[in-house]
Amino acid sequence: MSMTWFVVLSAFIFCIGAAGILTRRNPLVILLCLELMLNAGNVALLAFARAHGDGAGQVFALVVIAIAACEVVIGLGLIVAMYRRKLPIDADEMSELRG
Amino acid sequence: MLFEQILFFLAAAGALGGALGVVVLRNPFFSVLALVGHLLALAVLFLLLRAEFVAAAQVVVYAGAVMVLYVFVVAYVGGSEEPLGPSLGAVRALGPMLAAALLAEIAIATIGTGLKAVGSRGPEVAAGFGSPQAIGALFMERFLVAFEAASYLLLLAAVAAVVLARRRRGLEDAGGERMYQVGRRPGTGPQATDRSSDEQGGYGGRAIDKSAARASGGSA
Repeated sequence: MSMTWFVVLSAFIFCIGAAGILTRRNPLVILLCLELMLNAGNVALLAFARAHGDGAGQVFALVVIAIAACEVVIGLGLIVAMYRRKLPIDADEMSELRG
Repeated sequence: MLFEQILFFLAAAGALGGALGVVVLRNPFFSVLALVGHLLALAVLFLLLRAEFVAAAQVVVYAGAVMVLYVFVVAYVGGSEEPLGPSLGAVRALGPMLAAALLAEIAIATIGTGLKAVGSRGPEVAAGFGSPQAIGALFMERFLVAFEAASYLLLLAAVAAVVLARRRRGLEDAGGERMYQVGRRPGTGPQATDRSSDEQGGYGGRAIDKSAARASGGSA
């Protein structure tokens, strides 16, 4: 398999995630779409690691997985805090900082 | 070779289907399930790329632990069906258009790339490529700083999540507060301070939070 296939697949997944972030309003689903984009980055990193025969890309992918776990924890903590304060779980309603 | 191609297209179809499911499905619970399928398909792709350890980490950490966290939060917050319709009218239609433009841009960059390695199958790699041994050696020898930074980041995120999701006084309804005070272990916080701070308000919440955090830290 040529690595181009993997990179193109990664581009597709990244753009699907970007479209989800731009269109969805539920913060939970926005976080899920962020996961999609990070995973697309992982696919590209691993494809480049394979193309060069170097393990460094795999190490980067593992670090990205760790970062994604951090992002999930913080994001879900924010959503739980929003729910506790009885704020609407809707990205469009959260406009207090708009000025 | 043929088997590899068939496997790639099956896994790629699964990954794309899962990704579309995340975006299109209206119930957040089903979105989470679609993401689990997406992650499992990606793990197959990682195996094709000779990244055995990353594939295992993907399944165990992502599809296992992180998705369980998501399911818990969806169950807690309540997976309310979100209306997909536009709330901002014409602005809403910009999202998919921008994503399509991004895809076109990345496709042009990928297909027109001058990098020779991208178009190749990659060199033949040794048998240990992508094994836990190789990854561990890389982490310890070449990327020690990144490894330590990632571990600090995870610690910070854990502490931050506890701070974010803890109960605060004054924001909850009275019933929840009373239950919380009953559930508190006696003797961890001075009762007299709590009484007086109840009248004062404000500062009392912080004191109770601290004593509760100490109690939970001691039991954990």
